[in-house]
Amino acid sequence: MFEIFGIPSQALFGQLLLGLINGSFYALLSLGLAVIFGMLNIINFTHGAQYMMGAFAAYLLLQHLGLNYWAALVVAPIVIGVTGVLIERLFLQHLRKLDPLYGLLLTFGLALVIEGLFRNVYGSSGLPYQVPEALQGGRNLGFMFLPNYRAWVIVLSLAVCFATWFAIERTRLGSYLRAATENPVLVRAFGINVPRMVTLTYGFGVGLAALAGVMAAPIYNVSPQMGSDLIIVVFAVVVIGGMGSIMGAIVTGFALGIVEGLTKVFYPEASNTVIFVIMAIVLLIRPAGLFGRGV
Amino acid sequence: MTRTGRLVFAIAALICASAVAQAEDLNVKIGVLTDMSSLYADLSGLGSVAAAKLAVEDFNPAAHGMKVEVVSADHQNKPDVGANIARQWYDVDHVDVIVDVPTSSVALAVNEVTREKNKVLLVSGAASSDLTGPKCSPNTIHWTYDTWMLANGTGKALVKTGGDTWFFITADYAFGQALERDTAAVVVANGGKVLGKVRHPLNTSDFSSFLLQAQTSKAKIIGLANAGGDTINAIKQGAEFGVTAGGQHFAGLLVFISDVNALGLKSAQGLVLTSTWYWDMTDANRAFTKRWQAARPGKFPTMVQAGVYSSIIHYLKAIAALKSGTDGKAVVAKMKEMPTDDTLFGKGSIRADGRNLHDAFLFEVKTPAESKYPGDDYKLRATIPAAEAFRPLKDGNCPLIGG
Repeated sequence: MFEIFGIPSQALFGQLLLGLINGSFYALLSLGLAVIFGMLNIINFTHGAQYMMGAFAAYLLLQHLGLNYWAALVVAPIVIGVTGVLIERLFLQHLRKLDPLYGLLLTFGLALVIEGLFRNVYGSSGLPYQVPEALQGGRNLGFMFLPNYRAWVIVLSLAVCFATWFAIERTRLGSYLRAATENPVLVRAFGINVPRMVTLTYGFGVGLAALAGVMAAPIYNVSPQMGSDLIIVVFAVVVIGGMGSIMGAIVTGFALGIVEGLTKVFYPEASNTVIFVIMAIVLLIRPAGLFGRGV
Repeated sequence: MTRTGRLVFAIAALICASAVAQAEDLNVKIGVLTDMSSLYADLSGLGSVAAAKLAVEDFNPAAHGMKVEVVSADHQNKPDVGANIARQWYDVDHVDVIVDVPTSSVALAVNEVTREKNKVLLVSGAASSDLTGPKCSPNTIHWTYDTWMLANGTGKALVKTGGDTWFFITADYAFGQALERDTAAVVVANGGKVLGKVRHPLNTSDFSSFLLQAQTSKAKIIGLANAGGDTINAIKQGAEFGVTAGGQHFAGLLVFISDVNALGLKSAQGLVLTSTWYWDMTDANRAFTKRWQAARPGKFPTMVQAGVYSSIIHYLKAIAALKSGTDGKAVVAKMKEMPTDDTLFGKGSIRADGRNLHDAFLFEVKTPAESKYPGDDYKLRATIPAAEAFRPLKDGNCPLIGG
C-alpha cells in the first residue's frame, strides 16, 4: 500500500468517498437554495428548518400512518412543499418588490419560530429513525466498508440534481421560468401566470430541502436543531458556487464535501472551518462566486 | 371595646405578627437555572423544574413553618447570560439558592457569583470536576456526577472486562478534552493502551470519517468523549458502518437516558455507560417517575433531574434545622454536617470540598428483545460504591482543604 503525505492511500480513498456522500447533502440543499434565489431573488433562511421538517415528516409518517421510508421519500417533500407554498402565498409574495433583506429577515424569523415549535413538542434530544431494511448492511470495498444506504444517497442525490438542472436549463418550462425572472411583465404578456409559477418554484425548492431531510433521517440525529447546524455551511456552498447558479450549487456541493472529507484526515479540528476559509478566498478573488454570472 | 374584646384583639394581633415574622424568616425561594431551549433541554430543562416542584411538595414546607417558592430561567448555555440571571435573582428577586445549571462553563460562572453574594449553589447538571477541585467554593455543592467519576466508572470497568485497547473520538473543547484526558489516565493505570484519538468540532453531524479512523485503529473500545447530539450521531452512524458488528464496542462516557431514547435501542444496544440514577431501579424511583411524568408525559427522568430533586430535599432539611436561610455559607456547612437521605439517592454524605458522595452504577443498554416496556433501557453490570466512585479528596487541589 502506498502513502500520500504520510496517510495510507486506503484511508484517503475512504475519506474521498465519504466526502462525496456528505457532498450529496450539500448539493441537494444548496440546489434548493439556488433555485429559490435564482428564480425568486429570496434568500431562504427557512431552508434548514424545512430540511428538519422533512426528517420529522418521515418520522411522523412512520409513527402515525405506518408509511415507510420509501413512501416518505415521496410524501414528505410534497407535504412540506405545500407548507412552502402557503408561506409564499401568505408572506413572501408581499415582499417581492422590496429589498431582499426583508425576505431574509422574514425567513430567518420563520426558521426560529418553526424550530422553537418543534423543540417545544418533541424536545431537543431527537427521535430515532432506522435505515430501511432493503438498504441495511454494506459491502467491503477493500479500502473501506461502504454502507448500502450511503451508496443509495449518492445515487439518488446525483439523479435529483441532474433532473433539476435539466428541468431548469433544458426544458420549455425552465425557459419560461428563467425568462420570468428576467422580465416578468413581458412573460405575463405571453399569457403565462407568473405569480403561480413563482409560488410553485418556491414550493419545489422547499420540497428539495424536505427530500434531503428524509434522506438524512436514518443517518443523522432527527432533532429540531439539525437544520441550523447545516444551513450555515450550505449558505457558504451557495456563495462559493455563485448565488443562483444551479450548476454552481451542484458542483460546489460535491467538491466541498470532498475537501471537508480530506480535512478530516489531515487536520480534523479544522473540518468545519475549512469551507469558510475557502469562501473567504473565493470572495476575494471572484466576488460573484465560481460559477456566478456577475453581481 | 370591652376589656375582653381588647384582650382578644391584642392576642390576635400578636399571633398575626409572629406569623408574619416567621413567614419572613423562613421564606425560601429556589431558582432553577437551566437550559430550556437548546441541546441540554431534555436532560435538564423543564424536567428539572418539575423535579424541583415535586421536591418542595414532598418536603411539605407548611409542616416546618416554611414557605417555599420555585422560579426558573433559561441560561441559553451562555456563561454571561447565566451570571446575569444569577445576579438579578440574588440582588433583586430574593432567590436563596440556585439549582441544576447544566453546562460546565455556566456553572463555573454562577459558582463565582454565588460565592460573592454568599448564597447557595447546588449543581446537578454540570459535569466539570473543577467545581470540587481548583474552583471549589464554601457556597457550592456538586450533587449528581462529574467528569472524573464518569471516566473512572466506565474506563475501569471496561479495561477490567477485557476492553484494553482504546480509540477516542473527542469533542474539541474543554469538557471533551478533560473527559478524554481523565479516561485515558484510567485506562493506562489499569493496564490498558490508548491506540489513537481524533478531535472533532462541537456539533458535528457527520462522524463517518472519524469512525473510519477508529475502525482502522482496530481498538477494542471506541471511547466517545462528547455529549448530547454528537454522541447520538456517532453511535447512530457507528451502527450503520458496522462498528459493533465488527467486534468493536462503543463506550459512551456521558450518556443520558434521553440520548438512549433518541437513538432507539436498535442503535444503542450494548452501549456501556455510567450513571448515578436510573428510573427503573427501585420502587421509590418508579413512583417518582410516575408523578414526574404528569408534568413531562412520555419522557423519563435523567440522573440530572433526579439530582435536582434530591439536592433540594437536603437543602430544605438544612434550612429547617438552622431555622434560617440567609447565610449561604452556614447553610452549606449545615448540609455538609448532616448525612444525606432521600428516596431517590438513598443515604450518603457531603465532603468538605462540596462533593456529594453516593453510589454510581455501570449500565449496559438492553437489546430491543430484552426491553419489555417503554423506558426499559438498562441492565445493571456493576455497582461502584460511593467511596470509590469519586475522586479522592486529596487529589482535587481544592483550596478549602488545608495542606
